[in-house]
Amino acid sequence: MIVLLASLPFYPLVSFLVLIAFGKRLSWRLAATVSVSSMALTVLVSAILLFELSTSQNQVLSVNLWHWFDLSNQMGTGAVNVSFYLDGLSAVMISVVSGVGFLIHLFAAIYMKDDANFSRFMAYMNLFIVAMLILVLADNLVLLYLGWEGVGLCSFLLIGFWYQEKSNVLAARKAFIVTRIGDTSMAIGLLLIFNTFGEFNIAAVTTLAQQADIVTDPNSGSSAEQSNNIYWIALLLLGGAVGKSAQLPLQTWLPDAMAGPTPVSALIHAATMVTAGVYLIARMHGIFLLAPEVMNYVAWLGALTLLLAGVAALAQTDIKRVLAYSTMSQIGYMMLALGAGAWSAGVFHLMTHAFFKALLFLTAGAVIYALHHQQNLFKMGGLLKQLPFETSLFVVGLICLMALPGTSGFFSKEAIIAQLWSSNTAGPMLWWCAIIGALLTSIYSCRLFFLAFLGTARCSEKPQAEKSILLRSALIILALLSLFGGLIPLDLTLVFSAAIQTPLVQLIEPTWLHSVAIITPFIGILFSWFYFKNYRRSPLKVTEHNIEASEGKFVLFCRQGLGFDAFYNMLLVKPYQWLAQVNKRDVFDQIIMLNVWYVGLWHDSLILVQNGSLRWYLAAFGLAIILLLGVSFL
Amino acid sequence: MTTIPLFHVLILSSLLFAIGFVGVVARKNTLFILMSLEIMLNAVGVAFIGAGSVWQQADGQVMFILILTLAAAEVAVGLALLIRMQKKYHSLDIDLLNQMKG
Repeated sequence: MIVLLASLPFYPLVSFLVLIAFGKRLSWRLAATVSVSSMALTVLVSAILLFELSTSQNQVLSVNLWHWFDLSNQMGTGAVNVSFYLDGLSAVMISVVSGVGFLIHLFAAIYMKDDANFSRFMAYMNLFIVAMLILVLADNLVLLYLGWEGVGLCSFLLIGFWYQEKSNVLAARKAFIVTRIGDTSMAIGLLLIFNTFGEFNIAAVTTLAQQADIVTDPNSGSSAEQSNNIYWIALLLLGGAVGKSAQLPLQTWLPDAMAGPTPVSALIHAATMVTAGVYLIARMHGIFLLAPEVMNYVAWLGALTLLLAGVAALAQTDIKRVLAYSTMSQIGYMMLALGAGAWSAGVFHLMTHAFFKALLFLTAGAVIYALHHQQNLFKMGGLLKQLPFETSLFVVGLICLMALPGTSGFFSKEAIIAQLWSSNTAGPMLWWCAIIGALLTSIYSCRLFFLAFLGTARCSEKPQAEKSILLRSALIILALLSLFGGLIPLDLTLVFSAAIQTPLVQLIEPTWLHSVAIITPFIGILFSWFYFKNYRRSPLKVTEHNIEASEGKFVLFCRQGLGFDAFYNMLLVKPYQWLAQVNKRDVFDQIIMLNVWYVGLWHDSLILVQNGSLRWYLAAFGLAIILLLGVSFL
Repeated sequence: MTTIPLFHVLILSSLLFAIGFVGVVARKNTLFILMSLEIMLNAVGVAFIGAGSVWQQADGQVMFILILTLAAAEVAVGLALLIRMQKKYHSLDIDLLNQMKG
């Protein structure tokens, strides 16, 4: 079984190597078979591993592949090994990554069939799976960081997959640079961890941190310093998570990342990669528990993000951007759960969200494909009659997103909301944020549904749905997972055993809490049924042009993502460009150029001497002799 | 017969040499430069003759004959070059011959 665990990331890796090496020569059928079957193998192995894990003694499997390198400092020597560690948390992640990844590969094989660079696309997707599996299986933080950077690279490559379009390249660059800010913070956090504990192994770091926290007394200097460092470590790791998971204030890259092909948006920017930040915090929960202030920040960041993203999603015109903002807001829920100490609920929501958001994105992709790459909601409409299959699947995704009772989203979201009120690091205030967020979620979901699927048809061409069995079966499996994924028993108590907290002050929960949480989505639906009635029935005579003109400044402001892009542009880009303008002739360059100037000076003066005039040479010759004679006589 | 002191001979020779050198440097006309060169050669010859007579040695006169032949050869080559130059540039200005400058 150990061999299976060790080999897990190698199936997609082999497929990646084959596709990169022989990409141009492989036919569509061969390339698709290689990449999809490697993913099928991964799913199979993951399933065996899950079974194995549930029967093993302490619910942990680990394997050491090889010794990578040693690091040493005054705290001791830490070996960094390439070794994998599978417990309940990483088991959830590998099943999401391989399961959803497999279905999306299947979808993409059909969806991207006509692309000239099909094999390159599948190769990048495989590479992404490799990096993501390394990330979630890593038993030490260096290997985790390798996977972390790997998924960032694949995200960059896939957003910019259609690199002939300038806007795609810019979006890819933006995603890379913005996440890099978070990654830098995380790298500093890793170095601080090693400096404090002399260890990179996650389990060992957690144990050491807890020991440091217990022995802390003001007289022993090193322990006090360690527990002070724990605060900073948690904060820096949070910075990394915020960048990767598109949370406030580094959220601006995610909506632009929708420039990539739709399967990429589904796999990387909804289901797996963006949840890496959530995974990181859940994985390092031992550290975060010792820094309750940081957990409070996590909760607040999540709450703010889910509200802001919900508001921004209300004003979008692009179907994929609505889903992107919705992803941000759902990850906000996960962050809120982690910050409130509801670890299992957060991870559970990660899993269910991966199912229904992948379903939503893929169905949106199928709709966009049927409409000849039309993504504007105001040019869709009336698709219910034309694309009944896609519509019904989209409805399934939306009701999970809105967390209507019985769906998977309901189980996970209610689990989060239920734990907020009485949590030490959250509280009633954040509970209300979550409720308002749920309301916003249902309103923008309804708006999206009414605009795209009800009302009159506004698309110029007749929709042509892709009727491939493979594509449809991928969608149907995802829909089933979304509906019934909430019934999967997720037992993470062993992983988070240290995290069971006893509330300091027992807040009395009002009896109406749960009913409010359940009713909220229905209120949203009812509200939008009346508020957006124009969208769902009357012949909506709008074109792109008069939308822009008719809508108020506030709507436009929301559509631009609440002005964060403009703000960062003013705060960072403009000053930088100003600096570049002022310093056009680089100061440091000028110092180097002094050498050039010096040589040039000699060149010019020596050219004057070499004038080719014989008489000058002679004069100089005579003068020199007179000088020499004069000197020798003196 | 009173012998002329070597010092006087050397003064005469240096003066002649200086006149010739200044002529070479200051003149533009190549013909005059050649003539100034002759003056410089003769200045050297005077110095050899003077030294030979003071030390009663024949070597000084041998050297002068050598210089004389050298001067004759030099003038022959120089004048041939002058004719070529006149034909090519229609001028004897030495500053025209600066095509090899750096």
